[in-house]
Amino acid sequence: MALNLTLRVWRQARPEATGRFETYEATDISEDSSFLEMLDVVNERLSDDGEEPIAFDHDCREGICGSCGVVINGRPHGPLERTTTCQLHMRHFTSGDTITIEPWRASAFPVLRDLVVDRSTLDGIVQAGGYVTAPTGAARDANSILVPKSASDTAMDAAECIGCGACVAACPNGAAQLFTAAKVSHLNLLPQGQPERWSRVSDMVDRMEDYFGSCTNYTECEAACPKGISVDFIAMMNKDYLKARFKDRRRQGQSG
Amino acid sequence: MQPSKSERGVRIPLLRKPGAIPGMWALEFYRSNVGKKAVMAISGIPLLLYVFVHMLGNLKLYQGAEEINAYAEWLRFIAYPGLPEGGAVWALRVVLIVSFALHIHAAVSLTIANRKARPQGYQSKREYAVASYAARTMRWSGVIVGVFVVYHILHFTTGHAHQDFIEHDVYHNMVTAFSSYPVSAVYIVANLLLGLHIYHGAWSLFQSLGWNNRRFNPWRRSFATAFAAIIVIGNISFPIAVLTGIVD
Repeated sequence: MALNLTLRVWRQARPEATGRFETYEATDISEDSSFLEMLDVVNERLSDDGEEPIAFDHDCREGICGSCGVVINGRPHGPLERTTTCQLHMRHFTSGDTITIEPWRASAFPVLRDLVVDRSTLDGIVQAGGYVTAPTGAARDANSILVPKSASDTAMDAAECIGCGACVAACPNGAAQLFTAAKVSHLNLLPQGQPERWSRVSDMVDRMEDYFGSCTNYTECEAACPKGISVDFIAMMNKDYLKARFKDRRRQGQSG
Repeated sequence: MQPSKSERGVRIPLLRKPGAIPGMWALEFYRSNVGKKAVMAISGIPLLLYVFVHMLGNLKLYQGAEEINAYAEWLRFIAYPGLPEGGAVWALRVVLIVSFALHIHAAVSLTIANRKARPQGYQSKREYAVASYAARTMRWSGVIVGVFVVYHILHFTTGHAHQDFIEHDVYHNMVTAFSSYPVSAVYIVANLLLGLHIYHGAWSLFQSLGWNNRRFNPWRRSFATAFAAIIVIGNISFPIAVLTGIVD
């Protein structure tokens, strides 16, 4: 069955321009289409009418790249749990609904155009410490570094983060704690991450705090995360940060 | 210094002044938001312990005038004459004042930083998915409880806000004060808000300090709920006991 929807969409021509909500009628939308496909249909009609299409970020459209993401009726990535905007299907809406679509809101995410925000501040956090020292040259033997199963499982849970920024968007404080914690923990849990363990957490948290707010443990981020990253990682990051700072382990050496 | 322009050439505001404070490790630690949250959690712990012991002590109200007044007397003469009269109480007060000062300073500066970090909210109706009412109202409950503490000190410690204050006669002061409905109402409301504050704070402190372990994580919520409930039930029982005539 086809849906007839009313969209309230944030339109903003340039970063420094004043934005406003525009209302569009999205008629005859297939309930099998994804949210982004619905926007594609609306955009084609806008183009046909000689209007500027709605700009939004997207890439893989299979929920793993982290490019897409808009705030749908006040919830980043919309009403479904553990679902990116591209994987949200229109069958979860009812004909006659009014849907409000806004960009991520945070001072660290300036709007570039319409629903597209600049998330390069997240890249900056990764650049500050999201790497390991790796010996160059021939590849090592596969099992030369043993990883406990529990550590590798937990590190994988953290590594699920696709960097979409929904955690920041959901946070009333515009904090990037969940993103940073996932990126820190994913390496800090593994033996390969130990050499930079303390400098990594200090540097990444410091870079984060240049642009983002702070955590008040609302856990809104965890609820919004399309990958279900747990706030447990935030506690893990806090613990490592406090250790690194408090004992100044960066100078004392790297032992745990 | 961090770039204040992104790779796409868009200006992104820096939320804090760049630059480290060399050699001042304590200030450097406190400069970070994660550090401030740790200070908030650590300064909350003596306040939590105090409010619990304070409630336990007040239960002596149910044992009668002699018992509670003797307890108040004992508090003033802890380790006497090794300590002067009121020495132990004042030592404790210093700890509480320092804790309050740190707790409030961290809260205010984090709130200011957080407002800057999200200058524009969403226009859709629903903004919170899971955050509890207690978590969302921490700033309000904190401010109101803070103002209440000032009133409470003027009321029962110094007597300035008390109609019929007799120094060191704790029983008399409590019974005469709580016989008034408006005074009792203030105490009951303030303690309900304190309960809300503790409900989030006593859970949140584990996260802020990184005391996280999947084995005991469910207990953190139970602990905070039980702690808040015990404090609220104990404290609001006093005005209710006086008003209903159980204590007179």
